[in-house]
Amino acid sequence: MNTDSIQKKVVLRAPLEKVWRALSDSKEYGAWFGMKFDAPFVPGAHLRGFLAPSVIDPQQHPYIGTPIDITIEEVKPMTKLSMRWHPFALDPKVDYSAEPTTLVVYTLEPMKEGVALTVTESGFDSIPLKRRAEAFEAHDEGWTEQVRRVGEYLAPSK
Amino acid sequence: MRRRNKPAFAAGTAPLFAALGDGTRQRLVARLGGGGALSITRLTEGTDVTRQAVTKHLRVMEDAGLVRGTRQGREIVWQLEQQRLADARHYLDLISRQWDDALARLAKHVEG
Repeated sequence: MNTDSIQKKVVLRAPLEKVWRALSDSKEYGAWFGMKFDAPFVPGAHLRGFLAPSVIDPQQHPYIGTPIDITIEEVKPMTKLSMRWHPFALDPKVDYSAEPTTLVVYTLEPMKEGVALTVTESGFDSIPLKRRAEAFEAHDEGWTEQVRRVGEYLAPSK
Repeated sequence: MRRRNKPAFAAGTAPLFAALGDGTRQRLVARLGGGGALSITRLTEGTDVTRQAVTKHLRVMEDAGLVRGTRQGREIVWQLEQQRLADARHYLDLISRQWDDALARLAKHVEG
């Protein structure tokens, strides 16, 4: 079992230029990912984004406003975008800056039906076990909160 | 609802311990994995590792949230943080699901 990385592949039925823009334009990236950036993605840039409702799924998480620091590594137009961040760095009271980061790499490959996108996030083996456990608990609470909200939506109290 | 699986200290958990990157620590985890709390004396039995060295390793593991030391009479007994280990094992599943969600949103964004 590989504990260090996660890889996802998906075929997007859209033109390459459009997919590339959705990844490389920080505003567009933020729109679907659910993060707000005020600077562009350029190699070496350190950006602070804030978790925001995604336009696709406005209720995605209870962590709206949480700052997320990312560093852009590579920007190869139409081909590759990579960045580093601290996975699950959701506790505003914790300074994660000295802790190891994971590397997120998006690679694009044009194909007949559209674009094959591969995302690889690696480096989890260096993330302290303590942080991993916290992430699980944080997420668990997040889900409990979401279930509660759905319950309220379906059966509003009068 | 919190999912709480009983951790099995078998082959499947080896990569987590490997993350600690040290043979002595892996042997300590294996020894503690038998269940219950063990003293330094018990943990060094039958090994050529010194008490000082084992204590040092246990402190590192304690910092990683992997073990917990409790004073019992005149000595400290050590046990595995089983819950924390179980949580850590779900970590990648969790990140994996979040990527599934994120990519589904990306697909809607570019295909819509």
